[in-house]
Amino acid sequence: MLGYLLRRIFAAVPVMGVVALFVFLLLRLTPGDPAAILAGDNATPERLERIRTSLGLNEPLIVQFITWVNKLLHGDLGTSLISNLPVMKMIGQRVEPSISIALSTIILAVMVAVPLGVIAAWKHGTWIDRFVMGLSVLGFSVPVFVVGYVLIQVFAIDLRWVPVQGFKSISAGFGPFFERIILPTCALSFIYIALIARMTRAAMLDVLGEDYVRTARAKGINEVAVMLRHALRNAAVPVITVIGTGFALLISGVVVTESVFNIPGIGRLTVDAVLARDYPVIQAMILLTSLIYVVVNLLIDVAYTLLDPRIRY
Amino acid sequence: MADQMTNPVLDINNLVVSVGKKPNGAKIIDGISIQVHEGETLCLVGESGSGKSVTSLTTMGLLPKGTLVPSGGSVKLVGEEILTATDRRLRQLRATKMAMIFQEPMTALNPVVPVGRQIDEVLRAHTKLDAKARKKRILDMMEQVHLPQVERIFASYPHRLSGGQRQRIMIAMALVLEPKLLIADEPTTALDVTTQKQILSLIRELQRDHGTAVLFITHDMGVVAEIADRVAVMRQGRLVETGPLDTVLRNPTMEYTRNLLAAVPSLVPRPPREESKEPIVLEANDLSKIYKERAFFGKGREVVAADKVTLTLRKGRTLGIVGESGSGKSTVARCIVRLIDPTSGGVRLAGREISDISRRLLQPHRQKIQIVFQDPYRSLNPRVTVGESIAEGPINYGVSHANAMKRARELLELVGLPADAVSRYPHQFSGGQRQRIAIARALALDPDVLVADEAVSALDVSVQAQVLDLLDEIQKRLGIAILFITHDLRVAAQICDEVVVMQHGRVVEQGPAAEVLTHPQEAYTRALLEAAPGRGWDFANFRPVSEGVVATA
Repeated sequence: MLGYLLRRIFAAVPVMGVVALFVFLLLRLTPGDPAAILAGDNATPERLERIRTSLGLNEPLIVQFITWVNKLLHGDLGTSLISNLPVMKMIGQRVEPSISIALSTIILAVMVAVPLGVIAAWKHGTWIDRFVMGLSVLGFSVPVFVVGYVLIQVFAIDLRWVPVQGFKSISAGFGPFFERIILPTCALSFIYIALIARMTRAAMLDVLGEDYVRTARAKGINEVAVMLRHALRNAAVPVITVIGTGFALLISGVVVTESVFNIPGIGRLTVDAVLARDYPVIQAMILLTSLIYVVVNLLIDVAYTLLDPRIRY
Repeated sequence: MADQMTNPVLDINNLVVSVGKKPNGAKIIDGISIQVHEGETLCLVGESGSGKSVTSLTTMGLLPKGTLVPSGGSVKLVGEEILTATDRRLRQLRATKMAMIFQEPMTALNPVVPVGRQIDEVLRAHTKLDAKARKKRILDMMEQVHLPQVERIFASYPHRLSGGQRQRIMIAMALVLEPKLLIADEPTTALDVTTQKQILSLIRELQRDHGTAVLFITHDMGVVAEIADRVAVMRQGRLVETGPLDTVLRNPTMEYTRNLLAAVPSLVPRPPREESKEPIVLEANDLSKIYKERAFFGKGREVVAADKVTLTLRKGRTLGIVGESGSGKSTVARCIVRLIDPTSGGVRLAGREISDISRRLLQPHRQKIQIVFQDPYRSLNPRVTVGESIAEGPINYGVSHANAMKRARELLELVGLPADAVSRYPHQFSGGQRQRIAIARALALDPDVLVADEAVSALDVSVQAQVLDLLDEIQKRLGIAILFITHDLRVAAQICDEVVVMQHGRVVEQGPAAEVLTHPQEAYTRALLEAAPGRGWDFANFRPVSEGVVATA
């Protein structure tokens, strides 16, 4: 297992290398002078020259790349063109809200969706199954901002149970953290509950037709054990895949929710950077997103080997 | 023989099982009555769709809920009614009073749970034993089913075990609580003959030791002859005939039973045909196929699937390749047809070397050799009409669509199907009919050689006999050469002129079928013949082989 992990981490290096090269070329190969792009429309010639020197744009491409990667490895992602803050620091501030919401959403979604999916498959064809599937269609079709505003109206404005919006770090105490994160989590988890419940139901239905489920029933063990011990574990592989990719998406792409609840997360940082053509930040975000996907995929694969002894690498 | 006076362990009386809950649903089981007594084995025999598996699942209370519903009669297990028992009571009875083993040991065990724990689950559900006592009991049971290194196997996952070992685990799981009734649903059908023989004698042995009543479901008359005390023949949900083994095999009273027995191919090879002077159409020389498993780090593994196989086939003759699973017989067939590329050695088709020419150059030669696969349910594209499937080959070789379809109609008639079947889809045909279509498809290109890879193995005996007759007739009419791959020595004895016996990728013995199958020279061939179930019976003539004039051919 350890050897496998090391090999997989080792294999991720070229992937990240290619991403880094792409990110590097993104700026260099766009038509026009990178310095002019960076400086904006009203730049003076002196400012352009300053940017060129600071980026080393007068050096050969390969030297530029090596310098850039070297800086990258030392945690230097450059400086934002808009705020003039180090990109590393900007991202650092945004990571906690994003990861907190992604984690809480995925945990809530799994806790609700997996039992729903299992029950729907178990009671296949009955009103329970149709009810769960109906809920899941609802979860897919109602946009997240609608859910968000409804939740705010009911729980924050009418009932006054929680603040309307914002984010407090967990270091400020669990209470303030929790009361601010609960609504966005509920809003976001809607669609993930729908997705994971559907996936779980489909995977379970496949597995429930297998011979070993019949064997388990022939042993005279109760249905709960048949469902959980025999069916669910075999159905887990596709479900884990959905959970994993869902988690990666959650970290990087929940702009709408962040906007509705006014949370300073990575999603909004990315959108702001793109709109403002803040290239160093965009580059950093692409790198970060790729890294998240590589790590999540690694975790998914490790989960496979833990769940299914037949899978060996 | 069991005492017929004692109360039966299983008493099925006038059982009716219908489709769905409606009173007028089709009857899958239509009023059958059978009894199984302590220490007795009742063989429930029938072809596919006869309702034998539904009978066993009804007894276990395992029918798919809502789809199949017992609508009449009674099933009594040691006097207790099963049909009206609650789910809770049924769960209590399973594994304690009645247990079941299934056909496919490969899929009947949960792949993600070690086998020891799967047996343990039975004990945890039904006994109050502590962990130590349970383990002791499991290991003891595993020894009773003659598993080696029980401690190691206890902790193994199913995929680490062979098919025979997995079936032993299933048997251990079924018998660990000493149930009164064991239902065995085709438990050896998916196994090789030598393994089958061991499993059959294991069931017999355990039955003797524990006094278990066994309801043994099978389609194989050979297996029936090996294991049954009494036989019940089923057809389309009805009981055709019941009686002691000897009576049913010697004096079947019903027409259907007679036909079923008559369709069982004899192990005694058919009289050999004259030595052929026809030209050789297919030759394999030192054909080898090695699979290399490449490892990321460290050494890869090599598997020799075929090792220097040499064979020749003349026009109008049938050559059989026989062997157990993993013997390499299918690998050889696939190398010859170039579905896979041989690692070394040569294949000459109608005098032309084809083993190493490129796929493009191979194309014109492909039509000279065609293949029919084992499973007719999966070898035809379900979304393409039968006619288009047959015509596709000739169209690829430049025949016009209209002509190809005309030929497809002729071919369908040749294989005994109506010509208007061209516009229908595969799902509208039975297994036997589909295999006829697959044969028609193969013949569409006028091949010199027809490769039949276990082409009758998935068929019921009566259908099997018809398809074998069809192949024989086609060979006589078209003079085609047939390479017949099979694990079934009975089938080989009836259709092959020559046979090649393979084991572990190597040819063990080859020669005229009449010679090899009656006077085998090699120990392995002898072992295979001895393991053939029911070899003591000449089913088609309703007598034991020893009583008949031994057909020395």
